[in-house]
Amino acid sequence: MTDDMRIHKQAFLEEAAELLAELESSLLEWENRPEDSALVDRVFRAMHTIKGSGAMFGYDDISSFAHEVETLLDMVREGLLSPEPGIIDLTLEARDHMAAMLAAVDQGGSVAEDGRTRRLVAEFRAVSSRAGSRRGNGGHATSPPGQESTPGCGERGEDTLRTWWVRFVPDAEIMRRGTDPLGLVRELGELGQTWVLGHADGVPPLSECVADHCYICWDVLLATSRDLNALRDVFIFVEDECLVRILPLDGAVSPEQASELAAVGRALVERGDLTAREWDSLVGAAAPCGPPTTVPSDAPPLQPGTSPAPSTSATGGDAGAGECESRTKGASLSVSSIRVPAARLDKLVDLVGEMVTVQARLTRAAERLHDDELRAVAEEVESLTWELRENAMSCRMLPIGTLFGKFKRVVRDMSHSLGKEVDFVLAGEQTELDKTVIERLNDPLVHLLRNAMDHGIETPDVRRAAGKPDVGSLWLSAEHAGSSVLVKIRDDGRGLDAAAIRARAEDQGLIQPDTEIPEKDLFRLVFHPGFSTSTEVTDVSGRGVGMDVVKRGLERLKGSIDIHSTAGQGTEITLRLPLTLAIIDGLLVATGDDHFIIPTSATEECVELTAEDVRLQRGRRTVCVREELIPYVRLRDRFGVNGGAPDIEKVVIVRDNDARFGFVVDRVIGDHQTVIKNLGRFLQGVEDVSGATILGDGTVALILDVQRMMSTAHGNDS
Amino acid sequence: MSMTILTVDDSNSVRQMVRFTLNKAGYDVIEASDGRDAITKSHSRPVDMVITDLHMPHMDGIELIRNMRSTRQTRYVPIIMLTTETQQDKKTQGKTAGATGWIVKPFTPEQLLSVVRKVLG
Repeated sequence: MTDDMRIHKQAFLEEAAELLAELESSLLEWENRPEDSALVDRVFRAMHTIKGSGAMFGYDDISSFAHEVETLLDMVREGLLSPEPGIIDLTLEARDHMAAMLAAVDQGGSVAEDGRTRRLVAEFRAVSSRAGSRRGNGGHATSPPGQESTPGCGERGEDTLRTWWVRFVPDAEIMRRGTDPLGLVRELGELGQTWVLGHADGVPPLSECVADHCYICWDVLLATSRDLNALRDVFIFVEDECLVRILPLDGAVSPEQASELAAVGRALVERGDLTAREWDSLVGAAAPCGPPTTVPSDAPPLQPGTSPAPSTSATGGDAGAGECESRTKGASLSVSSIRVPAARLDKLVDLVGEMVTVQARLTRAAERLHDDELRAVAEEVESLTWELRENAMSCRMLPIGTLFGKFKRVVRDMSHSLGKEVDFVLAGEQTELDKTVIERLNDPLVHLLRNAMDHGIETPDVRRAAGKPDVGSLWLSAEHAGSSVLVKIRDDGRGLDAAAIRARAEDQGLIQPDTEIPEKDLFRLVFHPGFSTSTEVTDVSGRGVGMDVVKRGLERLKGSIDIHSTAGQGTEITLRLPLTLAIIDGLLVATGDDHFIIPTSATEECVELTAEDVRLQRGRRTVCVREELIPYVRLRDRFGVNGGAPDIEKVVIVRDNDARFGFVVDRVIGDHQTVIKNLGRFLQGVEDVSGATILGDGTVALILDVQRMMSTAHGNDS
Repeated sequence: MSMTILTVDDSNSVRQMVRFTLNKAGYDVIEASDGRDAITKSHSRPVDMVITDLHMPHMDGIELIRNMRSTRQTRYVPIIMLTTETQQDKKTQGKTAGATGWIVKPFTPEQLLSVVRKVLG
C-alpha cells in the first residue's frame, strides 16, 4: 500500500466512524418520527456513502455489507416497506456490526467472514425479498459496487498497427453538456496517426445558427496499435447521444460505405494531406464487398445535427429532491471547519506550554535586569502568550454533545431490555470541554446512566402505583460554572434510600452507629470502594454497582461528584469537571525554598497568620476569619520543608463546595499560568499533589490537590 | 496556469482522495461538501472542471448540474458525476441535466486521472 493510500484509508476510517454516529442518531430520531421522510434520506445517505467510499478504499466486505442494508433502506424510501421497528432494530444492529468491522480493519486485521455478517445479510435479504415481490422489477435497488467498469481502463495494448475509420457526428447540444467535440477528435489523435476531415456542410445560415449548437461532424482515419476498446473509450461519454461509427479498414465494408470512404480519400488527397498512393496503401484491403463484420452495422447518415434525440428516459422521479433541506445546522458547521489530527493539536498545546514557561523566564529576567525596554517587551510577550494559550486550548475544545449523542442509544437499549419507558432529555450539548476530558468522561457517564435506568427509574406499574406518569424522565445536561463544567444526571425515579445506606455503612464500619451525619455525606458513601458489592443494598437502595469506578474516573479528571436525592422523587448527580487538563491558572506560593501552585479556581482569599493568632488558638490549627473558624494545614509541616517560619505567615483560603480550608505558606507570590506536567509513574501514588509545573527559573513547583488535602485533613481530625 | 478542479462530495475521504490524486498531477483542487457549497465556490473562482457526487445533502448532484448549466459562468464547464449506480436512471438523469461524463465508484486514482485528462485534454 502506498503512503497516499494509507492516508486516504485513515481518512475513510475517521469519516466512517462519524457516519456511523450520524447513522445511529438518525435512526433513533427516525424511530420517534417514522413518518419523516427526510430522516430516511439521512439514514440512506449515510449508508450509501459508507458503501461508496468503502469500496473506493478497498474495504469490499464493508461495502458489500452496506449494500445489503442500503437495498432495504431504498425500499423504505420508495415506500415499498413501512419503517417498522424491526427494520430500525436490524439497521441498528447492522450499524454496530459495521463499527466492529471497521474496528477490526483499523487494528490492521482483515474483516473475517464471520457468522454475524452472514446472519445479518440473510435477515436483510429476507425483509427485502418480502417487499421486493411488491416491486415491479424486483430485486435490488442498486447494484453491488464494482460491477460496471470505469471508462479509460479497458486498455489492452496490441502490437499490430491497424487503420480505423471513425465517423463522429455529435448531437447539436453536445457543448451544452460541457463536452468539446473537437477535444474528442484530438483525443483520437493521441492514439496514433490521424487524418481528419471535418464536414461543415450542416452549418445553417447565420440567422438560423444557435451559438452553442454543434453543426460540424468528422471523418477520421486513425492508424494505431490500440484495440477497438481504446477507440470506443474516447467516445464513452457521448456514445448515447452522438453517432459514432468505428470500422477497421482491413475488414469488409458495404458498397455504400466504400463510396463514402472513397469520397473521404479524395478530399484528403485534394487537400494535400496524403498522396493518392499513400491513400491506396492505407485503405488497402478495404474492399467493397458484403456487409461489415464489425460493430455498428447501420451506417449513420452524414447529416450533422440530426442525431436521434438523447435518451431522455428520466424515470423514477427526482430521488434527490427531498434531501435538500435536512441537516442544515450540522452541515453549515462543517463547511467552515477543517480537520486536523488530534496529535497535532496536542503538540501545539505542548509547545504553548513550553512557551508559557519561557515567557515566565523572560519576565523574571526583565525584572532582574531593571531594564524598562526589556520589561515592556516581556509584558507584551506575556499578554500575547496568554492569548495564544487561550486560543490553543480552545482548539482542543469539543462540544459535549458529541458524547451525549452516543448515550441516546445506551438509554434506548436499556429501556427496551428493562421494559421501562423513559423520556431522555439532553441539554447544554453545545457546552465545550477539553477533548481529553470528554473522552475520559464516557465511562463514568455510561455507568451513571445505566444506574439511573436500572435502579432509579421504576417500571411503569410501580410508577403508576406511586402516582407518577408511566414514562420516566431522565435528564442529562451540561453547563459552565466558572472554570468548571457541571454535568448533571437527573432522574425522577425512586431516589436513594438513606436508611438502607446508613445500615449498610454501619455494617461495614464506615460510620459509627448513632453518629449524626448529613444526608449529603451519607450519600457520598456509595462511592466507597466495596460499599456497593452487596446485592442486598443495591436492591433496596438502588444505587451502587461500580460507583467507586465512577469516582475514580472522576478523580483522574480532577473532577468531583455530588449527589442529591429525595426518596420517591428522584436523584440528581452533579459532576464538576475542569475545563482542561493541560494549563490552569494557579496561585504561586512559597514555603522556605519550595514552591507550590494552588489552583486559582479554588482559592478565595489570603489572610495573615501571626504568632499571636497561633498562640490564641492553642495549637488547634484553625484560623479565625471574619468570625468563622477555618481549619488549615501548614505546608511546611506537611511537606517537611526545612527552616523556620517567618513571624507572619500567609493563609490561602480555598473553598470546595461548602467547606473552607486554609493552606499556610511563607509567601504568596502571585498568579501563575500553570502548565501541568504529570508526575512520573513512580510518583503516581503521591497524595496531595496532582501534578507539577516548571517555573521561569527552571525550578519545579508542585500543584496541590486541594480536594484531596482537605479530605485527608478532615480524616485526621476525626 | 494550472487548471482548477472542483470536487463536490459529502464524503471527506473521497474529496481528499480526489484532491491528493489531482494535486499530484498538477491540478489545483477546491472542495465543496454539497451542491449548495459548490455553487458558492464556483461563483467565487472560475473552475475548469467539476467532479461531483450525486447523493448529497442540501443540493444533490443532479440539481447542481442543472444549476450550473443554467448559469452563464459555468454553462460549458465539464462536469463529471460520481455514481455507484449501474442503473441507467441516475446516469440518464445526470446526462439529461447536462453532465459531461461519469465515473463509476469505486475507482482508483489512475482511473480518475485518465478521466480528468480525457475531459480537460
